[in-house]
Amino acid sequence: MYDEFKALDVVVLSMSTDSRFVHKMWQEHELSKMLQGGVPFPMLSDGGGKIGAIYGVYDEAAGVDIRGRFIIDPDFVIRAMEVLAPEVGRNPKELLRQVKAFQHVRATGEVTPSGWEPGQVTLKPGPALVGRVWEVWKP
Amino acid sequence: MPELKEGCVKPTRGPILPALPPLPAGAISPTQEVTKMLARVGKEAIDFEATAFIEGVGFQPVKLSDYKGKWIVLCFYPGDFTFV
Repeated sequence: MYDEFKALDVVVLSMSTDSRFVHKMWQEHELSKMLQGGVPFPMLSDGGGKIGAIYGVYDEAAGVDIRGRFIIDPDFVIRAMEVLAPEVGRNPKELLRQVKAFQHVRATGEVTPSGWEPGQVTLKPGPALVGRVWEVWKP
Repeated sequence: MPELKEGCVKPTRGPILPALPPLPAGAISPTQEVTKMLARVGKEAIDFEATAFIEGVGFQPVKLSDYKGKWIVLCFYPGDFTFV
């Protein structure tokens, strides 16, 4: 999966309130047994949750950052955010789909309808399309 | 960036926020504590610096803006050695 992000020239960063030392131990003792070579991206430490707080994902009561995910474009603008309560894991396939859609939109100026996958029809916004989406897009 | 000289405690800059406008004379300085969510879809990302563990590299300070010009996926999660 990481290779697919790499192929799209996407930088992945993970962040929790654990220290860098704990990240290293987690990599050595567990992650490297789940994934050959362990996780290849930088594992960042947000001790005290100050960064999580400004990203709206720090849970003061628990003292941890909950599952927030942000897509940032090459202009350094946040394009998407998704925040889940800790009990449910993310769907990396959906993340990949969103990155592809944002990259497509940025490259073409087109917009992508609900559930769009690469290769499917996109929409070209403009006066001519108003009221005529039904003609070009049939979900 | 050079590898960190390792110590037990290494302060990092955390969030890097734009400087506040100067206060009028006599005004009470606001606290430096940042707890408000500032990240917004469609707005510039808030820069920060954090220490990182990077496989094959070791410990290194990482600034979000180091990756300006690339697509970035930033993922927060509750904790190492947990279950999901």
